[in-house]
Amino acid sequence: MSGLHPQLPFPEAAKSELLSAQLRSNLRKVTHTIREKRLSAVAELPYWEELRVLGEATKNEALAHLSDHLLELEKNVKARGGQVHWATDAQEARELVAQIAERHQVRELIKVKSITSDEIELNKALDERGIHAIETDLAELIVQLSHDTPSHILVPAIHRNRAEIQALFNRELPGEGHLSDLPADLAGAARRYLRHKFLTTKMAVSGANFGIADTGTVCVVESEGNGRMCVTLPEVLVSIMGVEKVLPTWDDISVFMELLPRSSTAERMNPYTSFWSGVTADDGPQEFHLILLDNGRSKVLADQTGRQTLRCIRCSACLNVCPVYERAGGHAYGSVYPGPIGAILTPQLLGMQDHNANTLPGASSLCGACFDACPVRINIPQVLIYLRGEVTKDKGPSVEQLAMQGMRLAMSAGWRFEGAIKLARIGQGPLVQDGTISWLPGMLGGWTQSRDLGAFPDQSFREWWRERQRNQAKAGAPTPSDKSPANRDAKEPGEQV
Amino acid sequence: MTNTPNAIHTAEARLEVLTRINRAAQDMVAPVKPPYPQGEVLSREAILEQFEDRILDYKAGFLRVAPAGVAQAVATALAGETRAVVPQGLDLAWLPAELTLLRDSPRLSHAELDGIGTVITGAAVAISTTGTIILNHVAGQGRRALTLIPDRHICIVRASQVVQTVPEGMQAVASSVTAGQPLTLISGPSATSDIELVRVEGVHGPRQLSVIVVEGI
Repeated sequence: MSGLHPQLPFPEAAKSELLSAQLRSNLRKVTHTIREKRLSAVAELPYWEELRVLGEATKNEALAHLSDHLLELEKNVKARGGQVHWATDAQEARELVAQIAERHQVRELIKVKSITSDEIELNKALDERGIHAIETDLAELIVQLSHDTPSHILVPAIHRNRAEIQALFNRELPGEGHLSDLPADLAGAARRYLRHKFLTTKMAVSGANFGIADTGTVCVVESEGNGRMCVTLPEVLVSIMGVEKVLPTWDDISVFMELLPRSSTAERMNPYTSFWSGVTADDGPQEFHLILLDNGRSKVLADQTGRQTLRCIRCSACLNVCPVYERAGGHAYGSVYPGPIGAILTPQLLGMQDHNANTLPGASSLCGACFDACPVRINIPQVLIYLRGEVTKDKGPSVEQLAMQGMRLAMSAGWRFEGAIKLARIGQGPLVQDGTISWLPGMLGGWTQSRDLGAFPDQSFREWWRERQRNQAKAGAPTPSDKSPANRDAKEPGEQV
Repeated sequence: MTNTPNAIHTAEARLEVLTRINRAAQDMVAPVKPPYPQGEVLSREAILEQFEDRILDYKAGFLRVAPAGVAQAVATALAGETRAVVPQGLDLAWLPAELTLLRDSPRLSHAELDGIGTVITGAAVAISTTGTIILNHVAGQGRRALTLIPDRHICIVRASQVVQTVPEGMQAVASSVTAGQPLTLISGPSATSDIELVRVEGVHGPRQLSVIVVEGI
């Protein structure tokens, strides 16, 4: 994975991920744990659905006049002593951060977990300029030390279990070597390693959960205190914020302080949230830069169906309830945005012509659990279906469409349908083994790639019914055939035509 | 602020981003927002009980005392610690007489703060639904580093400062945000769930949090 860009189509990437039993077991455990916790955190608020509707409307309002709010945010951050920069793409944002670091002759900086910075591949770019970015979030530190990539929005090292982290920390952290696998011990080691960095590093980079236009305020939501350290102790702070994160007024923030923690970590409130407006005299960094990043977001905004994706507050509730994510894991999506939200956000940010990213809308069974869990009511299944359509739109009439037209003809009259079934029964002969078809030729192979097809039975329901009627007429009493559908092995009931 | 890096480049990018956004959003109409949903309104006593319940659930310390009992409660929360850093503006009557007070004036360095185990502060407002304390870092609370580097934070909250809901709490600090003050929302001690989603209390922020609610004021 590199940033946003998947290196493989989803089905190929998922295939290799599915081979890891360890990964699947880690994922099943954590996604099920957090699912249960989220449900109880949400059940505490009887007005949860109304909060979701308000969250949705608040984000829609912000997006409808986005440029006005961004300009007001810029004005107010500047009025409070901060500096505001704009970046059309990842390259420009990386350049801005690197230039600020170079101006301060910084060789090492500390970072708060920021998916936006991962999206623009900031660490790699800084590294190439001789600047080392230290991740301070525990999970991001695990990912960085093991030269891995994040696999979850909230818990980037969700694919690692405690034994793996124990081995990693004992190997990589200076002065360690005898850590137990207790999470408290492992967290203690991270504290020891990072403490000195927090107290002495001159520059920090953060993302932003929200920007508030009318007060010029930036917000970082976190748990460990690494966020507070980074936004408070260094002399220079740079925050990178996607343009869609702006809210019009201070009054708009409350609903998200209710929706986000309960959806994300399933807590009533996350341990720490920091708000700051520009520079505060005698408190915190005395130089503050806010980088406003587009990087494809304006393109998403232009799409009437797709723009709801920009409401996302990166809570990761949709990942935790998704049956596809639970099995394939975050790496299969090949992007810093995995799971259902990634399946719609990544291809839209990159454009549907990206041949790896445009397979992502297929990474769903359309069960709809993500929509139910989404605190800002992004209708992910709707966008998935829409994007699937966008992928095929420009291809002209396909074999699939011709096949569907054939099906329509066959199924529009009983006699045609029966004829087609009879033909299929003859045609399937060489493909059937033990009553199932595990391989189909050509483009039909897509169906059998990951599942078996039940063979057409020797007798169709219509044939059975006629036989039954005949027998009854003969004997004057019902004598169901021993081949009746009810007696047959109903292995794949849905797949028997 | 004229000294921005790559200023010209950024100005072009600014125009480009704003133009793209304006074009993209031209068909959008802002919706009418529904009112903020209201839950059951609790009595003062129920709010304080809920606040206590939430604080304890975060595995933080909690004591509820009359004004005369604050110093004793602070002594209990200190758990044998003999010195603490105390911001300007904190009511000295709240502190045990034998406590050695360390002051942030002249400003303590990060290293000096790292050598101090405990900080004692007030708060701006507290929210019972979520067990949250909000600091707006005015007198009595100190600058942000003060409540971040020491490992134990003892926070004294007046009962009248405890509100029930999140929007009430955020509204209570609106004017200080407008005035440019930073805010810190604290809900329990520092914690992580990054390893197998097992919650561990205490990572980088204060690993111990004690909340003392003073009744009747």
